[in-house]
Amino acid sequence: MASALINVPARAKRGDVVEIRTLTSHIMETGFRRTAAGDLVPRDIITSFTCRYNGTEIFRADLFPAIAANPYLSFFTVARESGKFEFEWIGDNGFVSTASASITVE
Amino acid sequence: MSFLRAIAVTVMLAAAPVLLAGEIPPGERRSGYSFMGPDTRAMQDDDTSNPGMLFVLDGETLWTAKGGSAGKACADCHGDARETMKGVAARYPAFDKTLGRPVTLDQRINLCRANHQQATPLPYESRDLLALSAFVAHQSRGAAITAADDPQLKPFVEQGRALFMLRQGQLNLACANCHDDNYDKHLAGASVTQGQPTGYPLYRLEWQTLGSLERRLRSCMSGVRAQAYDYGAPELVALELYLMARARGMPMESPAVRP
Repeated sequence: MASALINVPARAKRGDVVEIRTLTSHIMETGFRRTAAGDLVPRDIITSFTCRYNGTEIFRADLFPAIAANPYLSFFTVARESGKFEFEWIGDNGFVSTASASITVE
Repeated sequence: MSFLRAIAVTVMLAAAPVLLAGEIPPGERRSGYSFMGPDTRAMQDDDTSNPGMLFVLDGETLWTAKGGSAGKACADCHGDARETMKGVAARYPAFDKTLGRPVTLDQRINLCRANHQQATPLPYESRDLLALSAFVAHQSRGAAITAADDPQLKPFVEQGRALFMLRQGQLNLACANCHDDNYDKHLAGASVTQGQPTGYPLYRLEWQTLGSLERRLRSCMSGVRAQAYDYGAPELVALELYLMARARGMPMESPAVRP
């Protein structure tokens, strides 16, 4: 069950700098830990995150094993036009999670 | 004179309670929130940065998911949790008439699963159980804790209180030695809090996940090198009940964030 929490301002003035905050559900297993029996716990992390604003990629991040569970990412963009932000998290074992949020620019 | 003084000292020592500082007066009770730094507080305050809310979201989905051989969802009996579950978590652990003892919210969820959904119980600390209890507890956010109001719970609250005062483990420490007598001090880099259970289940940064009050109690017990009670053990439930009774009237914060 993958879920995400997105915080994008519902409306903004044209040219405003807006903050986008995302939090997604993931265990981010490092691949360095061992079980009590000594077996390596296989790595299971999110490896990449992208944000598209009306189809144009505006932010991308690569994620690594040292990042905490349930990664929280915050970044800024300039509100140019009304539309949709689309978020995508891609990870190990075929993990894909998507979310979107709308903004009205006046 | 010195003989008399020795007697006086002996009498004073004999009369002194086992724990010198004693219990926290109601006006001085503080949530673990007040011991945290500004960053962790900000994380809890904003529902889009509080990772506990991810579990609440999952719980909301589970609430309406049909399960077990009865094919019933929580919502089929309880309806809209926003109405029916308001303030419920604030009065748990609650007395169960059939069992004749208090049960925690997690145990209540599993009893519901067994009796009404004919489903297998969810393991303690499993994601689904935590998600459901977080979702239910979230409906009590801001509500005052009212646990232990039921007179039938009195002997169990007393048992919990006795366990709270009981020195145990290789370090020979009672819960009260830290959480009644030495709160506001530090254990290495960590704040010693009053141990008020206002935000469970809560997201602990150290755990990297949500956890129950029982998990917290068990890690405290390992900390004093004591043998921790098993999940669901009557002793843990009694302790949980005493802690909730001790925090009576304090507002619920579930799901809280703690370092």
